[in-house]
Amino acid sequence: MGPLVPDIIGNELNFVVALFIGIAFGFILEQAGFSTSKKLVGLFYGYDFTVLRVFFTAGVTAMIGVVAMGHFGLLDVNLIYVNPTFLHSALLGGFIMGLGFVIGGYCPGTSFVGAAIGKIDGWIFIAGSFIGVLIFAEAYPLLEGVYKAGFWGYPRLFETLGISQSLFAFLLVFVAVGAFWATTLIENKVNGKPNPQFSPVRIYLGLTGIALLIGLSAFILPDRQEAFHNTVSDPAFVQNYPLKEMSPDELAFRLMDNDKNLRIIDVRSPAEFEKFKLPKSLSLTTKNLFEKDFAKLLNLNGKINVFVADDELTAKQAAVIADKLGYVDIRLLTGGLQQFRKDILNFTKPDTALNRREADTFRFRERAKNQIPILIEQNKETGTIKKTSKRVIGGC
Amino acid sequence: MNPTKYMNPYLAGFFLGLLLLLTIYITGRGLGASGAVKSALVAGVETVTPGHAGSATFYKEYLTEHDNAPLKNWLVFEVIGVLIGAFLSGLVSNRLNLTLEHSPKIKPRTRVIGALLGGLLFGLGAQLGRGCTSGAALSGMGVMSTGGIFTMLAIFGGAYAFAYFFRKMWI
Repeated sequence: MGPLVPDIIGNELNFVVALFIGIAFGFILEQAGFSTSKKLVGLFYGYDFTVLRVFFTAGVTAMIGVVAMGHFGLLDVNLIYVNPTFLHSALLGGFIMGLGFVIGGYCPGTSFVGAAIGKIDGWIFIAGSFIGVLIFAEAYPLLEGVYKAGFWGYPRLFETLGISQSLFAFLLVFVAVGAFWATTLIENKVNGKPNPQFSPVRIYLGLTGIALLIGLSAFILPDRQEAFHNTVSDPAFVQNYPLKEMSPDELAFRLMDNDKNLRIIDVRSPAEFEKFKLPKSLSLTTKNLFEKDFAKLLNLNGKINVFVADDELTAKQAAVIADKLGYVDIRLLTGGLQQFRKDILNFTKPDTALNRREADTFRFRERAKNQIPILIEQNKETGTIKKTSKRVIGGC
Repeated sequence: MNPTKYMNPYLAGFFLGLLLLLTIYITGRGLGASGAVKSALVAGVETVTPGHAGSATFYKEYLTEHDNAPLKNWLVFEVIGVLIGAFLSGLVSNRLNLTLEHSPKIKPRTRVIGALLGGLLFGLGAQLGRGCTSGAALSGMGVMSTGGIFTMLAIFGGAYAFAYFFRKMWI
């Protein structure tokens, strides 16, 4: 599951990746014509909308890709960098950049592209941007107020607008296609003749078609999490699902034996977990099962993961999801914590045992009844795990 | 030899989008450009006047965030790649030549001043807006960041608002 940095690709190797991504980035921008300021400012005067076409197509492609990969569980969207929203500086900074765009004819990325193929104005633009950053750095005490004002957190636009992600992505695709169509009309009018390269109906209809199909599939199909939740919402299905179980006696024995391979996955609410928890237990929600952090944790070899909740069914629902997600060594506590309390913690020895074996069990339970509360008391402070992976730091 | 035609913009955009998606998938972050200028500037200031870099808030914060190695930054490596990639593209498409490109209606000096001033404003604005057309607008759109999309709208809105006053430089 993405992002691959830092687990699969280390931070040092990431710099090599950066170099190659940069090479591809520079190559594509140059091939698109972003090395000439005349082409870059064309959209502001209506004679060349290349920038809008490239930019919007790229944005929409990446956006649909992110939605689709998140949807099908290939990318943990909670970990990717989302630019923060500082309302005032976003708008003011953007406005200043717009002014710089029409005066300078480049933006920072494209000025590097122009400079690389010998555009002197590209080099001068880069020099200018150094001065601009220097001014910002020196005037930072004055600008800090507006720089940090209007902080909204890290929202994504569909959240700000209060609509679903799929609907937003869908709308943006339509806006993009509409903009392509309208700007081609403007461009033909300004130039007095149509440019055959700029009306490649086949290509963009094809790409839009694919995009719409993916978008539509994300729109109609429930996402991976939802699909799993739907599967386990049928109690009969869950009850008949074959899973290995662990009896309260075995669990008690392993706890008293301080079994290093035992791990209890407690799927009750965190509040209930805080009130009462067994040693070696972790508090998890079914949502956590889909996160990269917990995937790492649950995949540790050799551990037996015993799912518990008050009742068996709730625990089994989570355990079924974990099993379907491909986690191994999953067990279910027979009868849930209710049974565990009845058999062990609140055990009352019946007057008669039917046979020797039962008498042994009773003796064991008596012992466990005394020991386990001590273990619980000793382990009060452990069990809540903190998230280790953080959002990637990005941005300019 | 004549330069090769530019790539179809939709196809180029599609490739650029796939590249951005790949970047997000591998690294969890987007593309960028202006951040490299910032890194290089901080490194430069630190070399020239270490005392100043150690005391002024901006540099101090940046150096702390980057373990005192401002050039060991993802965007610096990425921008070095951009220079190489664009050069290679110019090479294969016969577009390598040293020129100062400007509209025939303006003097080269006007273009020089324009490029310098434009770069200055873009550099300043990109710091304020936490990213430029690549880091804030394009990458922001890819992840649907509210801030990124606002910055994008402000960049293009601002450019359209001011375009009329600088039309003589281009048309």
